[in-house]
Amino acid sequence: MLKDQDRIYTNLYGFEGSDLKAAKKRGDWDKTASFIKKGKDWIIEEMKASGLRGRGGAGFPTGLKWSFMPDPNKTKKPHYLVVNADESEPGTCKDREILRNEPHKLIEGCLLAGFAMGAKAAYIYIRGEFFNEGSAVVQAIKEAYDAGLLGKNAAKSGWDFDVYLHRGAGAYICGEETALIESLEGNKGQPRNKPPFPAMAGLYSCPTTVNNVETIASVPTILRRGGKWFAGFGRDEKNTGTKLFCISGHVETPCNVEEEMGIPLKTLIEKHAGGVRGGWDNLKAIIPGGSSTPLLPKDVCSKVYMDFDSLRAEGSGLGTAGVIVMDQSTDIVYAIARLSYFYMHESCGQCTPCREGTGWIWRMMVRMVKGDATVEEIDMLQDVTKQVEGHTICAHGDASAWPVQGLIRHFRPELEKRIKDYRKLADRDRPTISMAAAE
Amino acid sequence: MKPHILPEQYQPDSFAFTRENEKQVKEILKRYPKGKQKSAVMPLLDLVQKQVEVEGAQATPPYGGWIPTAAMDLIAEIIGEPKIKVYEVATFYSMYKLAPLGKYNIQICGTTPCWLRGAGDLKKACESHLGIKMGETTSDGMFSLEEVECLGACVNAPMIQLNKDDYFEDLTPERMIEILDLLAENRREDIPVGSQVGRNCSVAITGPTTLKQVGEKKKPAAKKAATKKTSTKKAPAKKTAAKKKTTVKKAATKKSTSKAKAAKK
Repeated sequence: MLKDQDRIYTNLYGFEGSDLKAAKKRGDWDKTASFIKKGKDWIIEEMKASGLRGRGGAGFPTGLKWSFMPDPNKTKKPHYLVVNADESEPGTCKDREILRNEPHKLIEGCLLAGFAMGAKAAYIYIRGEFFNEGSAVVQAIKEAYDAGLLGKNAAKSGWDFDVYLHRGAGAYICGEETALIESLEGNKGQPRNKPPFPAMAGLYSCPTTVNNVETIASVPTILRRGGKWFAGFGRDEKNTGTKLFCISGHVETPCNVEEEMGIPLKTLIEKHAGGVRGGWDNLKAIIPGGSSTPLLPKDVCSKVYMDFDSLRAEGSGLGTAGVIVMDQSTDIVYAIARLSYFYMHESCGQCTPCREGTGWIWRMMVRMVKGDATVEEIDMLQDVTKQVEGHTICAHGDASAWPVQGLIRHFRPELEKRIKDYRKLADRDRPTISMAAAE
Repeated sequence: MKPHILPEQYQPDSFAFTRENEKQVKEILKRYPKGKQKSAVMPLLDLVQKQVEVEGAQATPPYGGWIPTAAMDLIAEIIGEPKIKVYEVATFYSMYKLAPLGKYNIQICGTTPCWLRGAGDLKKACESHLGIKMGETTSDGMFSLEEVECLGACVNAPMIQLNKDDYFEDLTPERMIEILDLLAENRREDIPVGSQVGRNCSVAITGPTTLKQVGEKKKPAAKKAATKKTSTKKAPAKKTAAKKKTTVKKAATKKSTSKAKAAKK
């Protein structure tokens, strides 16, 4: 188990204040200028050495992403860092803790990351629902300006840097980086075609890098302790570091926790969340990385490690590390159907396969919950998800397809049984379900 | 709940920012580079909604924050864009309400992680207690019920958001009804923001499994810089919850009843 002295987020639970004084006591804003004086190449090399992979879900190597930013002397355009704090993936609530309890780690990270990519300004795009969390960040930004840590010659580093907070207004899709940029520009949050990638033409058509909150907030500690320190955690060199896990659903004590990358899923749940409700044998399935990742049945959960590549090998993914635990009492079909409703509700409507397909999937899933279908329709449902997956501008279409594919892969017998049972029932005994507002 | 434009009689003929908010408008416009004022559309819509919310709280019958068409037209003028560009944004995002709602809009998170922890029971409790269905408003204008998608507090499920700002977490149907009753008496400040069973943020209810030294030495920060007045009030159950050294493995039913009790205290 990770030792307390190796945790980055020592105020994860808000036992201490989030203000500048308390943050400095925890080691924030220490030697910030010295890292900047070592130059941007040093920072990027250190980040590459750390093996940090983006914490927003896709897991792209952070140092490499930064190195895609062009040379500001050649582009003659302002560069931007945009922090994605639009945390909306069901099962995920890690960035919220950073925003409200460790905002100075994020702001210091903005300065260091911003410098490394030649940006003079950062926008933190926070989901609108995080009103109090946003206020904590605004307060921290103000403190940083007052202490000379932002603004002209930020933290006496010789680099001018501004940080702004921009509030979203309730659209899951704005967590997609180009939709986020569109939203920040004052438009509907609909994803853009790529290329051009944001590193070439992002915010206001200027070179832009979009990073997750946890990614940016980890940067100062990684630089202070060295990329090697961070790379020392994890099971292999491609899955390194520490990671915030959110454990929700049917566990005894749901909680957020920072642990070593690659911790066994079972250990994570038993050590920190008090175990599955009613014991490990009462487990039905776990969604390991936020709602978009396909669920894992119990036998896989018993042996899988929580990192990018181990989970991918099991046909799922680490995603945002939002672990949703479901015990034997769960109506697993409904649980996934409710996610289908979520994806339908949040589709931005730009691409037809997603706009129409998410509705198809949901409506079929509602019938599957009741069993009001034919066995062949399970294959049809699978086919519909395949028609959506990979046929859209952004990954929302894929994300709506994967949970359903996971359900069919691992719980097909349950779907079939439900269909057979439904047929046996007289009309008046057949179940009716109500789900969300769209009924 | 899809926002919809109501018949014209609901719409005021004009809209103006208060003097204080006028200053805010200028401050907001400064955040974006020259020529990119369009970026201000979202913060401005938010500002309108907040202003209307304050007005609505005083009115009889009361109403919650929403965005009149006249305000959208004003914003279009401020940022120098065609009106449709503002309408387009206002209709896209779920937090902008384009018709009046109840003074207290109860937004229940219904997505899977909350549903697993009993969001369905919260919905039922609200519906039967208020006598309205999801998506409706009480006739006295005090309450609206809305089911929303994941609010990003899954570890503290089930939970609700009130009027697009405060979260009330770790709820039970009983505590939910208590909250509704307090709101009906306009005693919002008596409800602690955040966990209703006295958890510190997202720490395990039985106490931290990591960072124990910090957790034991330091008392929970009494008042955080950014949280609002309401958050200084601690849930009365806080001490009991922290002291209790419950064994980690406990039967599920026991757990939920002890939680309910803690919430009641």
